[in-house]
Amino acid sequence: MTRLLVCPPDFFRIDYEINPWMNRENAVDHMRAVRQWDGLMEGLERRVGATLERMTPVRGLPDLVFTANAGVVLDNLAVPSRFRHPERQREQTHFEEWFVEHGYELRLLEDGVYFEGAGDLLGVPDLWLGGYRKRSDVGAYTQISELFGREIIPVELVDDRFYHLDTCFCPLSDGEVLYYPHAFDGYARAVIAERLEENRRLTVPQSEALRFACNAVCVGRKIALPTGCPETMRMLRDRGYEPIPLELDEFMKAGGSAKCLTLALGE
Amino acid sequence: MSRSQTTVVLDGHIIDSLLLPKVLDTILAMGGTFDLTEVQIGTKREEPSHAKILIRAKSSEALSAILQGIQPHGALVEGEADCMVEPAPKPGVLPENFYATSHLPTQVRLHGKWVDVQGIEMDVAIRVSPDFTRASTVPMSDVAPGELIVTGREGVRVSPLERPKERDVFSFMQAEVSSERPNTYAIADIAERMRTLRKQREAGRPGSEVLLTGGPAIIHAGGRDALAWLIDNGFITVLFCGNALATHDLEADLFGTSLGYRFSAGHSAPHGHEHHLRTINRIRAIGSIERAVETGVVKGGVMAACVRKGIKVVMAGSIRDDGPLPGVITDTMTAQAAMRAALPGVGLALLVATTLHAVATGNLLPATVPTVCVDVNPAVPTKLADRGTFQAIGLVMDAASFLRDLARNLGWNG
Repeated sequence: MTRLLVCPPDFFRIDYEINPWMNRENAVDHMRAVRQWDGLMEGLERRVGATLERMTPVRGLPDLVFTANAGVVLDNLAVPSRFRHPERQREQTHFEEWFVEHGYELRLLEDGVYFEGAGDLLGVPDLWLGGYRKRSDVGAYTQISELFGREIIPVELVDDRFYHLDTCFCPLSDGEVLYYPHAFDGYARAVIAERLEENRRLTVPQSEALRFACNAVCVGRKIALPTGCPETMRMLRDRGYEPIPLELDEFMKAGGSAKCLTLALGE
Repeated sequence: MSRSQTTVVLDGHIIDSLLLPKVLDTILAMGGTFDLTEVQIGTKREEPSHAKILIRAKSSEALSAILQGIQPHGALVEGEADCMVEPAPKPGVLPENFYATSHLPTQVRLHGKWVDVQGIEMDVAIRVSPDFTRASTVPMSDVAPGELIVTGREGVRVSPLERPKERDVFSFMQAEVSSERPNTYAIADIAERMRTLRKQREAGRPGSEVLLTGGPAIIHAGGRDALAWLIDNGFITVLFCGNALATHDLEADLFGTSLGYRFSAGHSAPHGHEHHLRTINRIRAIGSIERAVETGVVKGGVMAACVRKGIKVVMAGSIRDDGPLPGVITDTMTAQAAMRAALPGVGLALLVATTLHAVATGNLLPATVPTVCVDVNPAVPTKLADRGTFQAIGLVMDAASFLRDLARNLGWNG
């Protein structure tokens, strides 16, 4: 059973602007956000079949809902994030406390290196990619690769709207991926093409990439993704997946969707 | 033509990720050349690889541009070392070769780790904690004997500021200061920031205080009501000024004049030149500005608003002061320390119609705090803009017009 860490949106709002999606004028409709988050949780639990671990929200930390950025875990090890923006650095201690209280052994990165967790580090079984340049530093992956004893291929993100790897790249089951190539630089596109055969890559059209079609949660053949992505849903169905569209536009105001709202904790 | 060269190292999964070819391409594209002096390729997929690259460029500027271009891809200058420290020899004396700071975010390398320097400001030294885990700034006058002070330049890293994320006037900073540029949009953006900061302060967010450093021209030119309104309505929460601004503000309340000139009639009042002295004397007799306001002797204006709202005020005196008023700090180092102590939490600084206090404030502020400098004399904003921050803007305009426009943008009806 896949376990996911989530955080209720009690204090979710737009208090600052640290990505091109955020606009303080574009206020969050709190009740709607709560309903959409509840809808996602129900979808993940009942339809996708995940187990949820809820952490306690904290007043004044609006982005704590985006637990994908807590860090990354592998078995009982957790590497907590080191956020680039001071606005989110205050979340670090809360995520670290959660990891420790739940029996994870912390592995800390050296000072002065930014790393934004599973927002930027994603893997299909034979290939782990680390997004860098927008939020995480490339140097983080050298350290994490050593800690986990795994190859991590850094890939450069070049479009501010796709500021984390999980906004433009989504590993599916059976080694396939959903992705939006134009969010990557030419070297990264070449590496992805080299390492993942063409039939393993599902290219999302720009209009749906901008609705964060790639910010999806895939467990087995079930995939929770934002609504408004018919072409992506068709591709997924053709491959035998069952897409589950969920309304999450209140969270898009902060530049996040289904995947950003969860952190995979393993089986 | 002088040539510059240096060696960088690149570690990790640099082959399959094409990081190594990307770094080499970048060097060539930026006009440099390279020798790959060492390459070790991991024998298994999970093993990292290592490369050492000797880079040559036409000049040291070209070399530093190349280093800046390849650093985000993980290339590190070889031989990075910890910073050097030496104990301070005497109270108030730094080691001979101390590192002098800039106002940009700075890190020092301590036992192999890069550590952020806390409380960065320009022209001070860096003090390292005895256990080598923390670093903070220390002014020369505050250093105690034996404290560990960073010396030399090795192991010190200064980061250029990123452009701010907000799409307002601060994101187009303006090295040039011009009296020709329309100020309307800039003032609207500043007002917007102040509105947001007030909301954040009400929500208890740190870094949401707004500082105004002001000169007496604010009062002479007729900006007193607007400034008092901005304080009363929670848009300005910290005030730095000298003896003069406070004196003329109080004089306006007690005598209806500013340096003897009547506001209403615009000509000098009989014996008006004595008014500021009589004002100071009266406040000294009462004991403090706070008491003068609380007892109803002073009813309106800037200082009354400060007392009513209980905002932080630092009055720093100068050599030509009359009086001075109670509360004016006449010891310059004490005044500097009081200003420094009031700065943490400031998220926006307005420096209006003052040269010395503006420069003093500018020197104490980290480059990350958005700063607006307003003066009719272009030399003052220019001096500030020359500090080289993306977030400092200069407006060449009259102090009163600025404050009135700003207050009107925020809902003042005056």
